[in-house]
Amino acid sequence: MPGKAVLTGTHFMNGDEACCEGALAAGCRFFGGYPITPATEVAERMSKRLPQVGGVFIQMEDEIASMAAILGASWGGQKSMTSTSGPGFSLMMENIGLGLCTETPCVICNVQRAGPSTGLPTLVGQGDMMQARWGSHGPYEIIALCPASPQEMFDFTIQAFNLSEQFRLPVLIMADEVVGHMNERVVIPPADQITVIDRAKPNVPPAEYLPYHPGPDGVAPMANFGDGYFMHVTGLTHDERGYPTMTPAAQVEMTDRIVGKIRNNLDRILDYETLFLDDAQVAVVAYGISARSARGAVLTAREAGLKAGLVKLNVAWPFPEDFIRELSGRVKTMIMPEINLGQMVLELERLAQGRCAVRLVAHPGGTIISPRRIVEAIRQALEERP
Amino acid sequence: MTTALAAAPPRHPHDDLLRTERIPHIWCSGCGIGIVFGSLMAAITKSGLARQDVAVVSGIGCTGRMAGYIRLDSFHTTHGRAIPFATGLKLARPQGKVIVASGDGDLLAIGGNHFIHAARRNMDLTVICVNNFNYGMTGGQLAPSTPFGAKTTTTPQGNPDEPFNFCALAAACGASYVARWTALHIRRLTNTILEAINHKGFSFVEIVAPCPTAFGRRNKIRGALDLLKFYYDRSVVKNHLAPGEATIDFDHNLVVGKFVEFDRPTFLDHYQMVNRGEVEAWPATGVDASAAGQRKAG
Ligand SMILES: Cc1ncc(C[n+]2csc(CCOP(=O)(O)OP(=O)(O)O)c2C)c(N)n1
Ligand code: SF4
Ligand SMILES: [Mg+2]
Repeated sequence: MPGKAVLTGTHFMNGDEACCEGALAAGCRFFGGYPITPATEVAERMSKRLPQVGGVFIQMEDEIASMAAILGASWGGQKSMTSTSGPGFSLMMENIGLGLCTETPCVICNVQRAGPSTGLPTLVGQGDMMQARWGSHGPYEIIALCPASPQEMFDFTIQAFNLSEQFRLPVLIMADEVVGHMNERVVIPPADQITVIDRAKPNVPPAEYLPYHPGPDGVAPMANFGDGYFMHVTGLTHDERGYPTMTPAAQVEMTDRIVGKIRNNLDRILDYETLFLDDAQVAVVAYGISARSARGAVLTAREAGLKAGLVKLNVAWPFPEDFIRELSGRVKTMIMPEINLGQMVLELERLAQGRCAVRLVAHPGGTIISPRRIVEAIRQALEERP
Repeated sequence: MTTALAAAPPRHPHDDLLRTERIPHIWCSGCGIGIVFGSLMAAITKSGLARQDVAVVSGIGCTGRMAGYIRLDSFHTTHGRAIPFATGLKLARPQGKVIVASGDGDLLAIGGNHFIHAARRNMDLTVICVNNFNYGMTGGQLAPSTPFGAKTTTTPQGNPDEPFNFCALAAACGASYVARWTALHIRRLTNTILEAINHKGFSFVEIVAPCPTAFGRRNKIRGALDLLKFYYDRSVVKNHLAPGEATIDFDHNLVVGKFVEFDRPTFLDHYQMVNRGEVEAWPATGVDASAAGQRKAG
C-alpha cells in the first residue's frame, strides 16, 4: 500500500527528518544525494520515504552529480531536492549556477558544519552564508531560508519548494548541525491545510512559446520534458527563446530577469520576526540556531531591564535591506551573533552606514553561541558612549 | 516569375528535427560532428518515437552544441555533467527516451566518474561520444583520448600520457550496449545509433571523428577529408570482439564494430523490484544468527 506523503499528526523528530517530511508534503518526488554528516539523515529518510509515495531516491556518485540530477529531474517535471553540508555544498556551486541561469526550480538543504575544508564534521557551523549568496560565479540573486528548529525545518522546506516553483530557481535551506540533529516536537497539519504551489505552465501553443519570456511577475512559465514544447535549455547566456546569444545586450536582459524576479518580488519572499523592537536601544539580529540563543539573551536582558529587541531572519537571502536600514536609524546598536568569524554582520554594517554601531558576537564553529555572551554584548553596547 | 521566387526553399528531410533558425551552426567545415549529428537525426526519425518523448542532453564542447541545434527538448548543461543531468531527467520521466551527446573530454575526462557509475547502474540512457582526440572547443588541448606522442596545445612536444579505451571502460563498468565507428561509416553508424536508442539500458556509441581545425592541423593532417580517410582506412570491423582488444591503433588496427549487446535490468527495474520486495535479502544463503550474535558479544 502506498504510504502517506503527509504524516499529519504530532511527532518527535529531528530537524533532518522534519526537512524530509516538509519536502514530501510540498510534493517532492525526486532526491539525488551523497552522504555527508550532518545531513545524512535527510538522505536516509528520503531513501525510505520516497518509494512509499511513488518517488525516486538515488544515491549519486558525488555532490556534483547530485546537483546535476536534481536539475534534470526538475525539467522532467518532478519537484526535486538534495541535501549536503560544507564540502558537498562547495562541489555543488557550478550546477547551482546552471540552475540559476536556466531558472530551474529545486531545493538544496545545507546542514552547515564547521569549516573550512573537512573542519568539524559532527559539529555546528554557520560559515557558508556568504558562499550561499556568492559561491557560484557571475551575477545572480538567491533565496536562502534559515530554520531554527525541527518545526521550522518542516515549515521552511515547504516554503522553499513553494518559492522555488514560484520564482523558478534553486532555493537554499541554510540549516545547521544543531537544528538538523536536535529532536523536538513537530506538528504536521492535515494535507488540505498546507499551501503547495506548483510552477506555472505555458498556456500558449508550442509555436508561440518563448521559454524565457517573463510573465507579469517577472517569471516565465515553464514547460517540462514531454510537454511537446521542444524548449532549449542552456547555461550559456540566452535570449527569450532560450537560444545562446553571445552579446552584452543579451547578458543585460537575462541577468536583469534572473535578478529582477527576486528584487521586484521582495514582499513575497522576505520573512523575519521581531520581538520587543518598539522601544529597543539594542537590536540583536540573528538567524538559524543563533536566533534561539539571541531570543534567550533578549528575554534575559529584558528581565534585567535592558532595552533589547530581536530580529529573527527566517529568510537570510535576499537580505531585508529596507527594514535593516530603517532599524539602524532608531537603535543605538545592532548585534549579530553568528557561528563564523563575521559574515552576515557585513550586511548590517553595509546597511547601517554609520547610523548605529554594529557588533559581532562570533564563534568559528563547533559550538553554539551561548545566550550569556549575547547578554554581555547587549550590556556593553548600552554602556558604550555614542 | 514572382511566384517562383516566392516558393518556399526546398526542405531537407531533417528540417523537422533542426532548429533551422539557428543555422548557420558554429562547427568548422570538415568537422566530423556534423556527420554524427546527421546520423543521430536519421536514427531518431527511423526510431518512430514521438518527438516529444525524446530529449537530448549535452555537456560543454563543440560536440556539446548538438543539443542546441536539435528541435527536441534539449539541454546544454555544464562541462562533464550531461550524464547525471540526464539521469535525473530520465528518472523523473521514465517513459521518455534520453540521449546524451557530447565530446570525449566532456564525457570521459571531467565527466568520467559519472560515465562509470551510469554504466554500472545500467541507467537507461543512450550516450553518443564524438571522439576527436582533443578538446576542440577550447582550441585543441590534451584529452584522455589523445594518442601517445600526438601534439596538442598543451602537449607541444608530443603527448606523454597514455590514452584509454572508452569502449573497454564502458564494457568493464557494465554498459549493456557498446559500439564504435568512424565518421565515414555513416550507414552503419546510423543503424548503430538506432539500435542504441532502442536498447533498454546504458548504451554507448563512440565515433572516431575528425577535428581538422584543432587536432589535424597540429599533427600534419590538415585536410578534413584526409583526416576522415586516415581514420577510415585504418579501421577494421570486428563485431563482438572483446572490448579490451578493440584498440585504436593508427598504424593498422583501428577496431570498429559492435562489441557488446546484452540485456540486463536497468537501475529503475532494480529499484522497483527492490521496493516491491522482490529481491532476496543479501546474502542469499543466509547466516547463522547465533554464531553472528556470539561474535558480536565477543
Ligand atoms: C568546468 C569547466 N572547465 C573547463 C571548461 C572549458 N572547456 C569547454 S569545452 C572543453 C573541452 C571540450 O572537449 P570535448 O569534450 O572533447 O569536446 P569537443 O570540443 O572536442 O567536441 C573545456 C575544457 C568549462 N567549460 N567548464
Ligand atoms: S574545432 Fe574541431 S571539433 Fe570543434 S567544430 Fe572545429 S573541427 Fe569540429
Ligand atoms: Mg573532443
